[in-house]
Amino acid sequence: MDTTLETPTNTLYAKEPSWLAERRSAGLDQFKNLAMPTARAEEWRFASVGKLSIDNFNPVAAPSSATLDALTERSNLVSDRAGLMVYVDDAPANFECIGRELAKQGVIYLPISEAVEQHPELMEKYFLQESTELGSQKFFGIHAATVKAGAVLYVPKGVEIEKPFVNYYWTSGSRAAVFPHTLIIAEDNSKASVVDIFFSETEENEALNISVSNIHAGVNAKVFRKVVQDWNEKTVSFQLDTTVADRDAQVKNVAVNIGAQRARFENQTRIEGAGADVKMYSLTVAEGAQEFDQRTFQTHNAPNAVSDLLYKNALLDNSRTIFSGLIKVAEGSQQTDAYQTNRNLLLDPSADANALPGLEILANDVRCSHGATTGNVDKEELFYMMQRGIPQRVAMQLMVFGFFEEVIEKIDSEELVENLRQLIHQKFSSKIS
Amino acid sequence: MKHSLEVKNLHVSIDGQAILKDFNLTVPKGEVHALMGPNGTGKSTLAKVMAGHEDYTVESGEVLLDGVNILGQEPDEISHAGLFLAFQYPMEIPGVSIANFIRAAKQARLPEGEEINAIEYYKDLYAKMDALKMDRKFTARSLNEGFSGGEKKRCEILQMAMLDPKYCVMDETDSGLDIDALRIVSEGVNHMRSEHRAFLVITHYQRLLDYIVPDVVHVMFDGRIVHSGDKELAKELESKGYDWVKEAFATASA
Repeated sequence: MDTTLETPTNTLYAKEPSWLAERRSAGLDQFKNLAMPTARAEEWRFASVGKLSIDNFNPVAAPSSATLDALTERSNLVSDRAGLMVYVDDAPANFECIGRELAKQGVIYLPISEAVEQHPELMEKYFLQESTELGSQKFFGIHAATVKAGAVLYVPKGVEIEKPFVNYYWTSGSRAAVFPHTLIIAEDNSKASVVDIFFSETEENEALNISVSNIHAGVNAKVFRKVVQDWNEKTVSFQLDTTVADRDAQVKNVAVNIGAQRARFENQTRIEGAGADVKMYSLTVAEGAQEFDQRTFQTHNAPNAVSDLLYKNALLDNSRTIFSGLIKVAEGSQQTDAYQTNRNLLLDPSADANALPGLEILANDVRCSHGATTGNVDKEELFYMMQRGIPQRVAMQLMVFGFFEEVIEKIDSEELVENLRQLIHQKFSSKIS
Repeated sequence: MKHSLEVKNLHVSIDGQAILKDFNLTVPKGEVHALMGPNGTGKSTLAKVMAGHEDYTVESGEVLLDGVNILGQEPDEISHAGLFLAFQYPMEIPGVSIANFIRAAKQARLPEGEEINAIEYYKDLYAKMDALKMDRKFTARSLNEGFSGGEKKRCEILQMAMLDPKYCVMDETDSGLDIDALRIVSEGVNHMRSEHRAFLVITHYQRLLDYIVPDVVHVMFDGRIVHSGDKELAKELESKGYDWVKEAFATASA
């Protein structure tokens, strides 16, 4: 990557507190010292790492105000919200801050730089404290060294917010590198909902995304995060997400993956308190030569907790998906319920779905299951639907939406669901024929 | 014939094995014909071939709807031409609700750019569900998923009623039905009987024909119709059993 990134003393970061400068510098070292992934590494098994390159992508200058306005205009998937941030190439484009009522209750919803200035103790405690362990440590390093765009949401004890906070991260410029960051801290007995949306301005411009998201859910906190990834198909994307759940916390993640040329998704869930309940749902539409590489890790460090993962992929053309998941139940984490399911629907025989489910259980009184299935479109189902007069193209779309329904129905917003159906429909309508 | 379902000299095989052997049948509009016969004699093959299933090889012959040959057409085209097949084993389609499924089937019959009227559609759907004693909550359920045998067959009749076909082929609709369900399903069919519509009711047992009384009964054996008669023929078959058919016609077809 370009050397401008490798100077943490860059004026951009000059005013930052020393703890952050140290984290940035450590990140930079991590980035420099770790090698690019190789196909031999277990964490990268099945991924086409030979084709993986992050060379010649750079942070770019802020786009014109016309571009910022136009993309703000297009940031319209969720209209009923508690707050909004729009970034374009990591430059702020729009910020709808929280209302007086929430502010009075102590809620914080700020861009990262402002949060660091105004709430240094909070940020020192949480910001850049959760790294990935699933293979992309090098990329986490450059994220830590470089990150400037992103949203921090802090919900104090007992405060419940129904409406979602919506963060848009756009790419625009040619060969732009972006490093978006979403940090969610939900204190005890609080409730919060966040939607992160990754979009590209054009279909043409190549881009690199290395984003990080960390959720900290306190005792009995409820957090619902939805992620929509619809980069253009010239984008190389790394999403490095973590969830830490305290006692009786309830966290739900729903990811909708449509875009990118290659999308690496690492998701770590750590259960640190008894009785926590974490759900991870994902749907992916893969087409053309897209590659979706999904690595997950559910760790149970406390008893009586639930973690449930369901990843569904529909594949067309020569696309590829890789799902590799591990459940680890620590000694003493009795009465754990941990599940992991990956289902792949192949719409073309040339598509390729790989699955590597895994378990590591050190407690003896647990319920764990993992499983992966890959199947083709059922010919008899297709015949049945066509016998009713439904053309093959429409029948296959119905089947794919039917396949995804289990995930889509977890999304609580009708508006968002409808918009997502449109995005998926657009992707399919040109493809299934 | 202009107003009939006509099968002419149909020869069909699968994996090189002949199943239908010079099969002939004419069902005029306004009539209900029953097709009976022992298992493995080709009844379900006939139903699937007429609906355009790709697994079968048509060696020769025709299937005419109102005088137009439908063999070789895609299943959706045959459906649009007016043929409905009520399946012996309806498929379960996860995640696709009954309401959306039937709606897509009706939408496919409209000209490009024309949208179905949702209010009219639901009014019609609910009325027909009520008649079949189906809970309206079923509309949101995934098609046939987790349905009992009776629920699946009722759902077939619901689709048939909603799509208003000219020719209805019902493949073993009575299998898996208890008497109550059989009565409800039969009422649904009888309600649809009209001079503008023909039915071919394929069944192994006479029981269904107590409720859906046929105009003509055909006996099928070894890939063709070997005997036809009125509704009394079904009763005769019931009392004598299919061994009688085998004995009477095995030599003839050998």
